Amino acid sequence: MSIEIENVNKRFGDFVAVDNVSLSLPDGQLTALLGPSGSGKTTLLRIIAGLENPDSGRIRFHGEDTTDVHVSDRGVGFVFQHYALFKHMSVFDNVAYGLTVKPRRIRPDKAEIKRRVMKLLELVQLDWTAHRLPSQLSGGQRQRIALARALAVEPKVLLLDEPFGALDAKVRAELRRWLRRLHDEIHVTSVFVTHDQEEALEVSDRVVVMNHGKVEQEGTPEEVYDHPANPFVYKFLGNVNLFHARVENGHARIGDLTLPAPEHGDARSGKGYAYVRPHEIEILAEQDASGALPATIELVSIVGPSVRLELRIENGDDLVHAELPKARFRELGLAQGGQTWIKPLTSRVFLDGETLPSAGV
Amino acid sequence: MSSLASENRAPGAAAGASGHKLAWHRATEEPAWLRRVLIGVALSFLALFLVLPLTVVIYSAFEQGLKVWYDAIVEPDAAAAIRLTLLVVVIVVPLNLVFGVVAAWAIAKFEFRGKSVLITLIDLPFAISPVVVGLIFVILLGSQGWLGPWLASHEMRIIFAVPGIILVIAFGTLPFVARELIPLMQQQGKEEEESSLTLGANGWQTFWRVTLPNVKWGLIYGVILCNARAMGEFGAVAVVSGRIRGETNTMPLHIEVLYNEYMFTAAFAVSSLLAALAIVTIAVKSFVEWNDERAQGAAGLTGLTRKTP
Amino acid sequence: MAFARRQQSVIPGFGITLGFTVFYLGFLLLIPIAGLLLYTAQMSWDDFWRAVSNRQVVASYKLSFGASFIAALINLVFGAIVAWVLVRYQFTGKRIVDALVDLPFAMPTAVAGIALVTLYAPTGWIGQYLDVFGIRIAYTQLGVVVALTYIGLPFVVRTVQPVLEDLDKEVEEASAIMGANRLTTIRRVILPALLPALLTGFALAFARAVGEYGSVIFISGNLPFRTEITPLLIVAKAEQYDYPGAAAIGTVMLLTAFVLLLIINGLQWWTSRRYR
Repeated sequence: MSIEIENVNKRFGDFVAVDNVSLSLPDGQLTALLGPSGSGKTTLLRIIAGLENPDSGRIRFHGEDTTDVHVSDRGVGFVFQHYALFKHMSVFDNVAYGLTVKPRRIRPDKAEIKRRVMKLLELVQLDWTAHRLPSQLSGGQRQRIALARALAVEPKVLLLDEPFGALDAKVRAELRRWLRRLHDEIHVTSVFVTHDQEEALEVSDRVVVMNHGKVEQEGTPEEVYDHPANPFVYKFLGNVNLFHARVENGHARIGDLTLPAPEHGDARSGKGYAYVRPHEIEILAEQDASGALPATIELVSIVGPSVRLELRIENGDDLVHAELPKARFRELGLAQGGQTWIKPLTSRVFLDGETLPSAGV
Repeated sequence: MSSLASENRAPGAAAGASGHKLAWHRATEEPAWLRRVLIGVALSFLALFLVLPLTVVIYSAFEQGLKVWYDAIVEPDAAAAIRLTLLVVVIVVPLNLVFGVVAAWAIAKFEFRGKSVLITLIDLPFAISPVVVGLIFVILLGSQGWLGPWLASHEMRIIFAVPGIILVIAFGTLPFVARELIPLMQQQGKEEEESSLTLGANGWQTFWRVTLPNVKWGLIYGVILCNARAMGEFGAVAVVSGRIRGETNTMPLHIEVLYNEYMFTAAFAVSSLLAALAIVTIAVKSFVEWNDERAQGAAGLTGLTRKTP
Repeated sequence: MAFARRQQSVIPGFGITLGFTVFYLGFLLLIPIAGLLLYTAQMSWDDFWRAVSNRQVVASYKLSFGASFIAALINLVFGAIVAWVLVRYQFTGKRIVDALVDLPFAMPTAVAGIALVTLYAPTGWIGQYLDVFGIRIAYTQLGVVVALTYIGLPFVVRTVQPVLEDLDKEVEEASAIMGANRLTTIRRVILPALLPALLTGFALAFARAVGEYGSVIFISGNLPFRTEITPLLIVAKAEQYDYPGAAAIGTVMLLTAFVLLLIINGLQWWTSRRYR
């Protein structure tokens, strides 16, 4: 079941939570709504669920307008960040709840409810907890029960609000891989909200990056990461270095270095910034024929298999961060305080004050 | 919001944004009519049981004018009852204040076995009928009680005298300061005290300059409540006082005497003083809570942003 | 080593504060209470049984416990509604209404007593209208229920209110999303979460009502076998210097209070254990 969001607006007092958002989320895919806190992603999710009503705009499920359909009749599954399990009910009763509140004429009989609940508990690998209370489970287990409970009513769409936000790092990594596999099994159209870019990139089929209530970019994780549409997306998806540059005729100059910037072929001359990710900076032991920037190594930190460098280039205010494999670092024979040359392998140049429209790549 | 929107909607609801807002209601809200009914039921119940009795006290006290009200209060027996009541609270409230602070310190700042038993014991006077409290002291100290003969031989009179009144009121109002302070001080933890001590302050300085300012408002409410309950204590005093007019009648006993003698206006005049005290008490409580909420609101802005991420 | 001591506590005053607390409780509470129990224990079983089970006393138990139960039930229903309205809805004057709930707790019982009888007497503000329909409240068992409802009013409201405030709205949303209508959500999700608090409030209101004296004696009329509450019997016997009789009934009341306190503590323990 696809979800279409048309010109949705929502304000809370003076605060614009969702600013004229239109999106189309394809059937059977797992979409991540990614953004910093206050970006409107949770509000948008709650509007899709029917927990909030938009000030204007429409929500359609598979072409059918559901904007005014009450949350109880909308047929969505929702997983809350803090699980929202019923504390006084056993795990079994929690999962069975959605089935037991159905009107009598369409309610499955007891044996059928039991069969379906146990099947779901097996799906989330927690069938052995059926008779426990939620308070006797760990955070990760509670979240899996919350998911089983949401799936029990066979929802048309599954919505997850920061589903792993309350868990510690190790459990979250495990659980998100598990969610990906689970989605591959059941293929229900799913939307999940997260502020963690790694989570969004790892788990989802599509990523929608939001900021200040607007959609900054949407696309596959690869598209969004490799071709950020604007400086915000660049900064939000991972670490990035900024180089002051002069943009002229499709080229960007940083000191003596010239980088190609074909997207600004028409810009005659102006200030701009080149965005380069740390692992896209090549470290050289000596000056390269094609040009490189001299830099001093201010700090070396070895993190497991890779090495992170903090470098200062001449006339540069900000430190440049670079990352390279440990073997390569050893090969170059670099040391803290030493001199080196750096060269961006790929970059994306944005003009000063440029904000791209939220359209794709 | 366009022609697209109205196509799929019932004709009556096609008025746009305002139209569908009426139809939509939040998952955690009841329909407006039910809200109004519930508010109506709650307010009627409270009006019937809280506002009307209070109004009748004030109305009846002043029904015949300020002069009559004033005369009823300065009349010698009434004045004696007021003096006795004040004397009792001047003794009882400081005693229970000291007890409350000391007990709260022991319970909130230390871990020891039997703590929950101790807390239950402090609650005990809440559960015991005031009449039984009076009886307990009559049995212990009355002329036919355990210590009665010994007291008589030393010419000491406790029951049917002021000391007995003080004892039963101290018993009845024992929990109030402690019950306010214990949860407050437990919530504060002991880190602030520990850091004060590591900075070189001694125990007294730590108590006066760190602990006390933190629980100041709770303490004030505890004292005011203890005071109101001490002045209003009735059942226990009725058993031990002997109702000697002008001597062992506290204000509530004097009200009973006046009422039974059909001097209704005078009874309500004295009552109006105690009712005013009750109103001051709940006003202080309300202020303390409002103060708390404000402090928490200033400290916890993160809680507010959660709703609109 | 110095560390071994610090493990205990660096905060001073444990011995003296605990010592004073135990001393104060011992002299003011425990020794006097033990005095009453010992006094009763000296009675022969037959005397004791006769004192606590004669017809007049049994009639007073029925009234005290029955009226307290009904009053606590009234407070359970209306207290829950008041707490709900105060927590969930906005209306003008809410702060004042919220503060007023504590009034019965701060108001002297004798003042409440004469105010209630003045209202409900056949000529009173309310009583005169009820009198038209032949309903009498003052000087009947209904009057006892009215007085006990008044003094028990704050308990259910004040125990339910904080639990309702802490109740996670998301739990209600989860219920609604799974297709439950509002009534089902209230019945199956909200009420079970409030149950321990409701029971605690009920027990507190009941315990307070059973021992209540001041607010009842004016409105009840104190007719033996009809409107005489147990605490009044104790006062009457004490005034006639029938100390054994008073002590026997007092012991029954005291033991009832202990049992109720145990139940209340048990309920609070249950709440904290199950709903942390």
